Amino acid sequence: MSSNVLRGVSASKGIVIAKAFVQENLTDSPDSGSRDVVLEQEISRFLNAIERSLEDLDRIHDKTKKELGEEKAQIFEAHMLILKDPEFMNAVKEKIDSESVNAEAALDQVSDEYVSLFKSMDNEYMQERAADIRDIQKRLKAHLLGVSLQEYSELKEPVIIVAHDLTPSDTAQLDKKYVKGFATDAGGTTSHTAILARAMEIPAVVGLVNVTENVKNGDIVIVDGLDGEVIINPSDEDITRYEEKRNEYLREQATLKKFVNSTTETVDGRKVEIAANIGMPDDLPKALQNGAEGVGLFRSEFLYLNRNDLPDEDEQFLAYKKVVEAMEGKPVIIRTLDIGGDKELPYLNLPRELNPFLGYRAIRYCLDQQEVFKTQLRAILRASNYGSVKIMYPMISTVTEVRQANELLNDVKEELLQKEIPFDHEVEVGIMIETPASAVTADILIKEVDFFSIGTNDLIQYTMAADRMNDKVSYLYQPYHPAILRLIKMVIDAAHQEGKWVGMCGEMAGDITVVPILLGLGLDEFSMNASSILPVRQLISKINYEKMNKLALEALMLESQDKIVEFIKKESET
Amino acid sequence: MLEKEIVVDLESGLHARPAAEFVKIASSFESEITLAKNGKSVNAKSIMGVMSLGVSKGDQVDLIVDGSDENEAITTIENFLIGRKSN
Repeated sequence: MSSNVLRGVSASKGIVIAKAFVQENLTDSPDSGSRDVVLEQEISRFLNAIERSLEDLDRIHDKTKKELGEEKAQIFEAHMLILKDPEFMNAVKEKIDSESVNAEAALDQVSDEYVSLFKSMDNEYMQERAADIRDIQKRLKAHLLGVSLQEYSELKEPVIIVAHDLTPSDTAQLDKKYVKGFATDAGGTTSHTAILARAMEIPAVVGLVNVTENVKNGDIVIVDGLDGEVIINPSDEDITRYEEKRNEYLREQATLKKFVNSTTETVDGRKVEIAANIGMPDDLPKALQNGAEGVGLFRSEFLYLNRNDLPDEDEQFLAYKKVVEAMEGKPVIIRTLDIGGDKELPYLNLPRELNPFLGYRAIRYCLDQQEVFKTQLRAILRASNYGSVKIMYPMISTVTEVRQANELLNDVKEELLQKEIPFDHEVEVGIMIETPASAVTADILIKEVDFFSIGTNDLIQYTMAADRMNDKVSYLYQPYHPAILRLIKMVIDAAHQEGKWVGMCGEMAGDITVVPILLGLGLDEFSMNASSILPVRQLISKINYEKMNKLALEALMLESQDKIVEFIKKESET
Repeated sequence: MLEKEIVVDLESGLHARPAAEFVKIASSFESEITLAKNGKSVNAKSIMGVMSLGVSKGDQVDLIVDGSDENEAITTIENFLIGRKSN
């Protein structure tokens, strides 16, 4: 027995060591070829298989509904509808009749036709439906062949399920008590197996290509869902090593979980807010699961991308409303359209530019194309009636831009008032601080708005005059450069002077290395990717703000990014 | 026989759950019901047929109903497709 490592895609985190339970493959049955068939007999065998499959699915549906909820059970209703599909049934009957094949062969041929039809459709959802047909084909075939499909529900000990791919009805039958992990040949991070594994919170590695060929029933297998690896027949040393890795992971998780529902507070009681950056409504569940206290940056571009024309007011309103309602009164900062630069919209036919990052983009475009901007503002204001909405303008360089944008906002508010359309009259307005010009004149700009949010990605590249996508100069993209930290301090001080707050929605806000410094400089809100929220909240809970405030000011006096990183390292060790 | 052109106003078109609901509604009538889009027509009581049309929001479809309960059927189905709750 030699150990053997296979690499795949991590679909659900965690590590597990257990016996493998390898799924039998039903695709090649010995008896599905053409032979002398008695027509009526084959048709009645097929109808009988449908009946028994419907009974299975009815049972699986009820079990799933009870254990995993209505939503997960719906797929089986769809399967039952397919089994009752008159076209499907007739196609198989006709195939038996016209080609004198047995029920198995007819079923295979008809299923293949439907699968290739769905796979050819230009729609990912439909392509996935091909899997439903395979699932039903397999179930019908098992009944035709008199093979039992029930093994999964008869598990008696903890196992790792090893399969080509798991179908929804497979997973519904699994006795969750005994299933400790998944390893599959096929699938990606959004496959059914992956989603189920995450819902069950057990490790899974998918896309292993040939794990079913390499593992035998009863082999000991390690599924490492952290690094996307499967170790087959591990040595004693392997087992010890992975047990340690698993225990460390479990300890970390247990500690982090304590922070999901807690506020973000330093040792000496300074409270700040940790919010999530989201790109579309679908990103919300993850943000909420990780304890986001708000949405610090809702990028509105998703509404405008991958289409041929501008989204209308209602479409935007519904998308914003969905997010605002789901946040149940927690703040949602919606950034107005930020196109141009690296985000192009072909249908706007914007002229090509030599320096797109220094060109016609974001608020510059919106102040020029006022109807586009006003449509968006109307949609945002209407959504503000359903929770706590804040509006944020991107790429501000001058106070005139802020005033112009606010004038347009006032025009739109007037319109809504006249039409008696409800909105939040107190809606807060802020700007992103992304240009050195706006950072240096923050004391002037703050008089026009309610808050700032520092967009570090652009602020760093404009301040350092370096494109981080350009390998030759990316070393100059230095988040901890004293110039950047000093600008951040200027912005925070200017806002606090006026009794207003400052957030940050660039990558820096979730960067464990620099969070203590940002906290020490007085940043009020940190907005980041959902997965960074809990580690950052945990970190902040260990920091003494008063002490960090002094250290941050010291750090700003250092001469370079290297010196600052060195300083942070030294201080965090003491 | 009744025929009607309808612009579908269901948020996610006739995919997933709405397709299943559509087929269930169609199957509750005696009449033969055909759904057509871009010259391709399918049995409205067939989930695979309906899904294979790939009907999205804003698509124009043809509904052809023939049978004893055709009047009630066409109204109920049209209401469903334009997102209006029946009854």
